[in-house]
Amino acid sequence: MNPTPSQTVGPFYGYALPIPRGGDLADGGITVHGYVYDGAGDRVPDALLEFWQADPSGSLKGAPGTLRRDQVSGELLGRHGVDFTGFGRVSTDADGHWTLRTLVPGTGYISVCVFARGLLHHLYTRIYLGRDAFLDSLPPERARTLVPVEEREGVHRFDIHLQGENETVFIDFG
Amino acid sequence: MTPPLTQADIDREIAELHRRAPAGGDRQAAQALRDFAPYRSSVLRHPKQPLVAIKDPEAGELTGPVFGVTDVAPFDSDLTRQHLGEPLGERITVQGRVLDRDGRPVRGQLVEIWQANASGRYLHQRDDHPAPLDPNFSGVGRCLTDDEGGYKFTTIKPGAYPWRNHVNAWRPAHIHFSVFGTAFTQRLVTQMYFPNDPLFPYDPVLNSVTDERARQRLICAYDHDLSVPEWTLGYRWDIVLDGPAATWMEEGR
Ligand SMILES: [Fe+2]
Repeated sequence: MNPTPSQTVGPFYGYALPIPRGGDLADGGITVHGYVYDGAGDRVPDALLEFWQADPSGSLKGAPGTLRRDQVSGELLGRHGVDFTGFGRVSTDADGHWTLRTLVPGTGYISVCVFARGLLHHLYTRIYLGRDAFLDSLPPERARTLVPVEEREGVHRFDIHLQGENETVFIDFG
Repeated sequence: MTPPLTQADIDREIAELHRRAPAGGDRQAAQALRDFAPYRSSVLRHPKQPLVAIKDPEAGELTGPVFGVTDVAPFDSDLTRQHLGEPLGERITVQGRVLDRDGRPVRGQLVEIWQANASGRYLHQRDDHPAPLDPNFSGVGRCLTDDEGGYKFTTIKPGAYPWRNHVNAWRPAHIHFSVFGTAFTQRLVTQMYFPNDPLFPYDPVLNSVTDERARQRLICAYDHDLSVPEWTLGYRWDIVLDGPAATWMEEGR
């Protein structure tokens, strides 16, 4: 069947898609954070990032409950903190910054889906904390864009460049 | 100083890009172009390097997030019942199915929507369109698809609204949709439009899909059988997710 085309997330998703503490998948693990940049090197304050990853054992089963609701008010409560849902959603702040607190995935990478005003069709990339055949197949200057820099123990910096000299490697899954 | 961009400038650019676009059967023509200058915000926000292909049956992206009964609340799918009073506007039912590329239903997955109110105003501090907010309408909905992949929302028909892409730029009425498949590769964020909107030819966002038949897939159909007597007008819109599904490898094709 012919797919339904994508359209930009636009500027006004802010009261619909973000989740309270949407980037806090787990305590006691690692922090990954960074900025989203456009082709002029300016920070993008209206990007929405989604993260999907395996747990430390490598299981990609996930768990429901990322958008857990209060049964009385209908309010978004978010995860209860016991199950590892494997899914995160963070909008960049006014400075184009995002933060993810999570566990190191057993598969070695965190999958990222990028949405933004101005981006008509989302983009996929990966944050590599380990390495695999795909990462090794890339020329070193491109592979570098998928590997975060450890700023201090447990804190990793990963910037996403939508365009330009340091343009991030984006992936086509066909 | 460069003169402000007019609709005629945008129309010319759209026509030129449509002329240059690949033919209808092409996979790219069936999708929105990321590099579509008539939508000015796209100019600095699309990659210039080609995407790098991954065809790994073990790729983590062939699985995806899971949602369940804890993730939706009872009034999430009825946007007309989220406040004490009734919202203003034309009450509608929007219903359809979520399918994968092979036509199989996508079951138990999350569908989220957001939209402007009947006057074309979003409940967002950065929406400065001087149209009234409606205290009885937030314009946010969610549901999980059923065993046939079905989803259903009761809401208000959104209004068209102006934006600053060029002088006298107006977006056709639309509802934003966010849909999950069984695989992260099937993720979709898009917009559903209403039949016969006179604003279609002027809109650079809709026209970023260069193939006319693909654009038609973003437009719902009036369906009298979905209209609820004395209550709503019914629109049908089926969604087909692009990208490989997890079952792709399970079936070993
Ligand atoms: Fe919109």
